[in-house]
Amino acid sequence: MSDTATTTTGRAPSVYVPSAEALATVLAPGSRPARPGPLSASLSFGWRALLKIKHVPEQLFDVTAFPIIMVLMFTYLFGGALADSPRDYLQFFLPGIMVTSVVMITMYTGVGLNNDIEKGVFDRIRTLPVWRPAALVGMIFGDLLRYILAALVILGVGLVLGFRPSGGVLGVLGGIGLLVVFSFAFSWVWTFFGLVLRSEKSVMGVSMMVLFPLTFLSNVFVEPATMPGWLQAFVKVNPITHLVSAVRGATAGTFDATNVMWLLLWSAGFVLVFGTLTMYRYNRR
Amino acid sequence: MSNRNTGLAVETDGLVRSFGATRALDGLDLRVPAGTVYGVLGPNGAGKTTAVRVLATLLRPDGGQARVFGHDVVAEADQVRARVSLTGQYASLDEDLTGSENLVLLGRLLGLRKPAARERAEALLAAFGLTEAAGRQVKKYSGGMRRRIDIAASILNTPDLLFLDEPTTGLDPRSRNQVWEIIRAVVAHGTTVLLTTQYLDEADQLAGRIAVVDHGRVIAEGTPGELKSSVGSGTIHLRLRDAGRRPDAEKVLRAALGVPVQLEPDPVAMTARVGEDGTDLEASEQAARALGELARAGIVVDDFSLGQPSLDEVFLALTDHPAGAADERDDELEAAR
Repeated sequence: MSDTATTTTGRAPSVYVPSAEALATVLAPGSRPARPGPLSASLSFGWRALLKIKHVPEQLFDVTAFPIIMVLMFTYLFGGALADSPRDYLQFFLPGIMVTSVVMITMYTGVGLNNDIEKGVFDRIRTLPVWRPAALVGMIFGDLLRYILAALVILGVGLVLGFRPSGGVLGVLGGIGLLVVFSFAFSWVWTFFGLVLRSEKSVMGVSMMVLFPLTFLSNVFVEPATMPGWLQAFVKVNPITHLVSAVRGATAGTFDATNVMWLLLWSAGFVLVFGTLTMYRYNRR
Repeated sequence: MSNRNTGLAVETDGLVRSFGATRALDGLDLRVPAGTVYGVLGPNGAGKTTAVRVLATLLRPDGGQARVFGHDVVAEADQVRARVSLTGQYASLDEDLTGSENLVLLGRLLGLRKPAARERAEALLAAFGLTEAAGRQVKKYSGGMRRRIDIAASILNTPDLLFLDEPTTGLDPRSRNQVWEIIRAVVAHGTTVLLTTQYLDEADQLAGRIAVVDHGRVIAEGTPGELKSSVGSGTIHLRLRDAGRRPDAEKVLRAALGVPVQLEPDPVAMTARVGEDGTDLEASEQAARALGELARAGIVVDDFSLGQPSLDEVFLALTDHPAGAADERDDELEAAR
């Protein structure tokens, strides 16, 4: 308000007086642009997610600090006991903890959506004449960036600690690619819970209840060979196991066709089942 | 846009919507002529918000029919969405984003290319006096600014029908007047406005027709004049210096105005309903006469005011219960979300 002195009316510039002429210029009915296509609308919502990161950078804490802690903690906790040294363990463990961390942060998709519903934004979004899934697809697009960031952070920490993937750059990128594909598909589980559950807290609660057993009862930390039979049976069908095996294969420079196929099948299943359930709820609230 | 200004903007027949055991809409019939401001007046929990949410395609009705410009809100939701906009009671923008980013985003989603979306956002911000605040996050806006950017967002695509759900609730008088001016400008440019409110004077100021809603049903409908003639267009509130003179004052007022006079619990206070024929001028004349006659009778008046009947008085006149009786259904809004 430094320019108060320059206004001749003596009125502070912050006092708004609606003027019919000014309003007339924005109210004239113009020709309506054609509605945007599905991709364009989804990308616009993705842009919104990027803007949110720009304005609230603290939200990146869970994709940077949390994964670093996970890697350090488990490498030094289990490394000596499960392998000859933390460094040896890391060669086995890093792809697994990368998967665990990224899959864990998929739950924030549900939390974010629930937050939107809590506020009024969701109402405006749902009255827009755009492709219906665009808001959710765009939200997940934004989240993909977070997944990639988390994966790269973990890879960076791993390399510093001595992780030496024999698959080279291409293998590692392939592994991250597989992880991102799965995470995109898996996010639809959380959009569904984000729509169905009443509060952010309950979304968090359910997410944790699903994610902890899913990530720990797998081949992330140890080879399943020493587990009891019934547990091995679960670990064997757990999609996280397929994902970890596929990512391990890729970073090691071998293409694990069976596990990649399972992982893609699971991904397609998640999108099909939970994508459909999500859109059903989205349209019927 | 064949019927942007003609015909019916909204038509509902026996609209029903329940939340659990609560019937938020219980056979709502509305006819909103295009090109006007239509007021939906009612207390908290009367079903106003539910009605707006059904019409804006956010909620599905359980029964009955609702059409917006002839399009069914369930079967032709997309056509409805292309022509309506909603400004809800809560800020419906992303609070983390700046005002300008919110408008550009909406412009993009409505099909504008980035430069056009930017241009439109700038024009809207300027027209709504928000240029200075364009780069600030919406969560840092004041209540009045928030409401303005919300309305700006709602007219981004110059909708044919704009829903405003209690647009001035919680605003200070100046912000309220700004919103009223904006609404007048919007309707002058051919957009139909459906406005919900708890204030009779707001509906009276803006609306061409008013529907009074209670328990999910329309209990009265008409022009503000018609409604007021059934309630009286004003109420005189007065306080005397001397409680002992109240019986005399009552007699004087009855004789001078020929209207019922009500004695309040406060021993010096009394009220009288005036303007029974529904004109504000008659109400003023009667008020002047009342004050004159009291002075002539030597009765000292300490406090005298003429106001519009409150929603409570409207409800008392139209039903046999005050507006507050609907309060047990305050949770309707919560359930609607």
